[in-house]
Amino acid sequence: MLRTWRQRITITDIVVWTIGFAIAVMVVYGSAKTLALGKYTTETWIDLSITGLALGGVYALIALGYTLVYGILRMINFAHSEVFMSGPFTAAFAAEALVKQGLWNTYPVLSLLIVLTVSAGVSAIIAILVERIAYRPLRHAPRLVPLITAIGASFFLQYTFRGLYGSGLKGYPEMEIFKGFWIIAGIRVFKTQAAAIIGAVVLMLILYAIVQKTKMGKAMRSVSEDKEVAALMGIDVDRTIATTFALGGVAAGLAGILYLLLFPVAHFYMGFFPGLKAFTAAVLGGIGNVPGAFLGAMVLGLLESVGPSLFLDGLGIPAAYQMKDAIAFTILVFILIFRPSGILGERLTQAKA
Amino acid sequence: MQSQNTSLWKPAIQSGLIAGGVAVLLSLVGMVATFNQRFIISGVFSMGQVIFLAPMLLMSYFFLRKTMALSSQKIVLYGLLIGVMGGLVLVLLVLLGTNFNLQAMFINSSSKLYDILTFNQPLAPGLMILLALSAVMGVLASGSFLIPPRISAAVIQGITWVLLVGLLRDLIITVTSRWGPLAGPVKSLFAVSGLKPLGAIFLFALISGLYYWRNGKPVSPAQKPTQTKDRSLLFWAKWAGLIILLLLLPPILGIFFSDILDTVFMYILMGIGLNIVVGFAGLLDLGYVAFFAIGAYTMGVLTSPELNADPMTYWQALPFAMIACVVAGLILGLPVLKMRGDYLAIVTLGFGEIVRLLALSDWLRPWFGGSQGIQLIAQPVIGNMVLNTQQELYYLFLLGVGIVAFIAWRLRDSRMGRTWMAIREDEDVAIAMGINHVAYKLMAFATGALFSGIAGTIFAAKLQSVYPHSMNFLVSINVLCLIIIGGMGSIPGVFVGSLVLMGSPELLREFAEYRYLVYGALLVVMMLTRPEGLWPDARRKLELHEEELEAEAHVLAEAETSAMKSAK
Amino acid sequence: MFKRTFALLSILVVASMILAACGSTPAYECTDPLGCVDVAPGEPIHLAYAMVISGPDETLGIDSRTGVEVAIALKGQVLGHDVSLTGEDDGCSAEGGQAAGTKLAADPTIVAVFGTSCSSAARVAVPLLSQAGFVIVSASNTAPDLTRPGDPNQHPGYLRTAHNDEIQGAAAARFAFEKMGVKKAATIHDGSLYAESLQAVFAKTFQELGGEITTQEAVDPNATDFKSVLTSIAAGGPEFIYLPIFVKAGSLITRQAKEVPGLENTYLMGADGMFSPDVVEGAGDAVEGLFVSSPDLAAFSADYQTVFLPKYKELSGVDSPISIFHAHAFDAANMVFAAIEKVAVQDEDGTLHIPRQALRDAMYATKDFPGLTGSLTCTPTGDCADPKIAVYEYHVGEYPPERIWP
Repeated sequence: MLRTWRQRITITDIVVWTIGFAIAVMVVYGSAKTLALGKYTTETWIDLSITGLALGGVYALIALGYTLVYGILRMINFAHSEVFMSGPFTAAFAAEALVKQGLWNTYPVLSLLIVLTVSAGVSAIIAILVERIAYRPLRHAPRLVPLITAIGASFFLQYTFRGLYGSGLKGYPEMEIFKGFWIIAGIRVFKTQAAAIIGAVVLMLILYAIVQKTKMGKAMRSVSEDKEVAALMGIDVDRTIATTFALGGVAAGLAGILYLLLFPVAHFYMGFFPGLKAFTAAVLGGIGNVPGAFLGAMVLGLLESVGPSLFLDGLGIPAAYQMKDAIAFTILVFILIFRPSGILGERLTQAKA
Repeated sequence: MQSQNTSLWKPAIQSGLIAGGVAVLLSLVGMVATFNQRFIISGVFSMGQVIFLAPMLLMSYFFLRKTMALSSQKIVLYGLLIGVMGGLVLVLLVLLGTNFNLQAMFINSSSKLYDILTFNQPLAPGLMILLALSAVMGVLASGSFLIPPRISAAVIQGITWVLLVGLLRDLIITVTSRWGPLAGPVKSLFAVSGLKPLGAIFLFALISGLYYWRNGKPVSPAQKPTQTKDRSLLFWAKWAGLIILLLLLPPILGIFFSDILDTVFMYILMGIGLNIVVGFAGLLDLGYVAFFAIGAYTMGVLTSPELNADPMTYWQALPFAMIACVVAGLILGLPVLKMRGDYLAIVTLGFGEIVRLLALSDWLRPWFGGSQGIQLIAQPVIGNMVLNTQQELYYLFLLGVGIVAFIAWRLRDSRMGRTWMAIREDEDVAIAMGINHVAYKLMAFATGALFSGIAGTIFAAKLQSVYPHSMNFLVSINVLCLIIIGGMGSIPGVFVGSLVLMGSPELLREFAEYRYLVYGALLVVMMLTRPEGLWPDARRKLELHEEELEAEAHVLAEAETSAMKSAK
Repeated sequence: MFKRTFALLSILVVASMILAACGSTPAYECTDPLGCVDVAPGEPIHLAYAMVISGPDETLGIDSRTGVEVAIALKGQVLGHDVSLTGEDDGCSAEGGQAAGTKLAADPTIVAVFGTSCSSAARVAVPLLSQAGFVIVSASNTAPDLTRPGDPNQHPGYLRTAHNDEIQGAAAARFAFEKMGVKKAATIHDGSLYAESLQAVFAKTFQELGGEITTQEAVDPNATDFKSVLTSIAAGGPEFIYLPIFVKAGSLITRQAKEVPGLENTYLMGADGMFSPDVVEGAGDAVEGLFVSSPDLAAFSADYQTVFLPKYKELSGVDSPISIFHAHAFDAANMVFAAIEKVAVQDEDGTLHIPRQALRDAMYATKDFPGLTGSLTCTPTGDCADPKIAVYEYHVGEYPPERIWP
């Protein structure tokens, strides 16, 4: 402590804190005003929260894939949103075929299994291909290089699928067993929403178990710590990384089907925005951390759903929901400034990022 | 040696299968059918056919180039093998597609596609032709290694020119139609689509003949290095010639090309700015469009009578727009500069989206026009002349690019430029050397924002309107792609990148549909094979090829020591 | 170096002169103030499009383009000439419109241009194309200013088969207030020029009629979750929601509105942006009772199902149209064919002369033209869409929807 606190505070900090403070004041004032206006009832707030949690479940499912790869390779797999799109988009054709054969609602479990397998399989293959072609040869290149190939791969995949399957919308058939809702403690929860939340929890637990408990998971963790040393210890680094990508792909494929249950329309652009949000969620929760991705996604879902009404309505801002992405990104910026490691993250950003 | 050669069969088959896979992908994505409407040589072959046959040719060429020092017999055999394997994959696709209804899933798997792949022949002979032509492609590639280099270079040049000229038929006719006496003869080379067969033969003979003749000549004494005084004179003469040419371009080429040039120059302006941020300082900014939007919107808000009771002129508003951009650069820069790499990328991306959403929002509509945008934006006036056509605005772009490129060029070699590069190379070391990294990064951000904002103001003036939809993420990606393709950190690279990426889709309208597909593939291929870009910056190239250079130096040193030892 | 270049050039010139065929002088004399397009025998009549064919809005343009292609394929030949269609991407943006407009304007062989897809592109592209003497017919521009007499954005030669927002928005408001008897309504737009301007007209008319607008919300067309915005709209207690947006977001909103407490019995109504079989598929059971406004298709010819759609599927390879203005584009193309047939003069040797101003006049004079989207009559400023607006109600699994008003 050679310098006093006064010397350590730079102009940067002052500006950042001022902006942060101004936004905080706006949020608190807006919320107070909204609540005082009493436009929304308690039920409305509860409904908004349920919606937010279900949306969070979807984000969580995608975010898990991001965070898995980041945890091992310390790189953003920008193409993950396209991995997420490829599986379910393909599976929508399988679902259509099943409907035509009349199997869709007569054997729902079997149909669901088929669709999930197709989706997970295609996503995993795409993920492995991306790793093999776009990332593996660049493992020792400067950090910016794989990030750029990732963006390139993302665009290439998006427009390849557009060329293959067309640029129109592909409807995903509804399943009888997912229609309707349950009333839990007086709150209406739709079955699809429940499926998304439960699916996210289960997938998170499975991935967590794989990373923490299995031998493969151990290999992944050691590769994440130090590739050279891991190789010396007899771990096949390339194979471990490929497995990680495959695992991320499978997760994305499964997530995609849950996504289609909630929003039953597939198209080539469907990965981009959810992918962006999921990445935000992963960062919010602490990237590289599997439970963190889940938590971050839930927080983001809630913010997007409740935020515009709560923060902006009171300020008299029209069409508040137009700003929901702006809210999400602002939150992201400030999380990264004040707690760069995210909600649950380890302090790795300074050292490794 | 023998064992090494026999082991090449497997990779050769693999290469052939990959080439076939690429050809199948290109067919199913729809490129073959789309480009088939464009003939290279009218009635003989089309661009679509080039697209599905080229993979065999290229794959075979690169495979053989990698494995040099083979007997000529082997070269032909390998080429043939690759061509046949690729052809077989295509044949398989045709058989599948004609027997099953793939179209339910792959929308481009139409009977039209299979007609093209079988050259409009019945199935069996069509497939034979397809296979034979693929094989010929493979063998052709091997041919380039067998015949003398002087001939093969001439032939390759001739073919390239025929391809290009045939492809750009419409443009060549549009431009030459302005050139009076030349218009008729040039037009007679072409058919309704592509070249006439006779014209193609003529062009091929002309170009390859010229090449052959030129390569045969010994280097004349005039081309030998001359004295320094002459060289500097030559240098200035070259620059003067270039400038005069640039100034004369719009009247020569007409409004059509002037518009393309405007687009290219606008992206050069932005590219130079982003090059400072990404190329010099190493900060990956994915929300660069934000500053472009701020420049354009400031211009719009200040000069449009729709939103402003007392509209300014373009020149009055320009300083305000520039200040707004610099301030925006600083405001974004301050909080995010503590982050590194990946996080910075995602946060800047978010910032770009926030700016777009604010411009679009109903909330700020009274000020920014919301989704209806801003119209009636002022155009620059010089003296009595309003710059309102694309040809006149070209000069404004040219002026902007000139100033900005000069500033960037001087900055690069200044103390600041070196500091930026130090931060890019190793931030921790730079900080340890006493560099105030935050201040320098902020400078980079603000400069980049300023250049982009200037491009935004001219953009607004050119269209006389701005819409939030123009400010999307793809603009940032376009700029990023062009500086990467051109060569990160290299100023001439920005020019090259912009010409290639922004110019070519404008020239070839079919290409516009597959623009982002090709961009994506280009980015990946570029990073894998030539990460330093088309026109690399010397220092950056050094960095990227550090290992190879080191290895080379090592080999050299070892050779030297062993030579010394043997001398002893 | 210079010597060689010069040699090359001179060889080129000489050789090309030898190759050049002597052209015959045309017997026809063109007196049209805008000049004529001459189409030599065996050459096609050159039509062009300026539509969005890449990027996030591409379905809009690709769909309309297919509509034009269907018209050409079904027509075969016009006066013994093939019809060729080339085009440029308008990017659904002002800058894309300028680039496309400039490029097309430089090609004097073009007779008519179909486009643009988006009104923002039209405002920049139409002046350029109008200057070049073309006929411009848009299938999907709806901004009122483009055909408002005396407006700086209204240009000679421009026509459209899409509906002016002012007609459609006002009709929807009258339907809501007079027919359904609702007093409180909300609107949703997606930030596009089309939706924003329609909902503004709706809100204005609805208030003038004496109704109350509870909320005017906006959504992102690429978003998928609309429950939160709907929940917030529900708090205002609207009886009617007007959502003049496109199929993707529209069908998701329709589906999700049924699941939002307070909106179970609220009427939903879209505009012609949601008049598509995709809505029936995308919205599932929730489509029951969804209203949609559209041209009065009493004569919504059987041709659409029996002739148009099969050809569309054949040409595009998709099961159902990917967007909504293909029929408008089809009508636009047929109007152009009819006008060409009316004004073109044919030489003995088969050369076709199309006088440009006469062609424009013929287009503006279009009256009671039987199209897929109704009976088309053009106003002097180029609004050609059938002015009768009808409201339709969707039922589960049925397309087209049932006509209920007027």
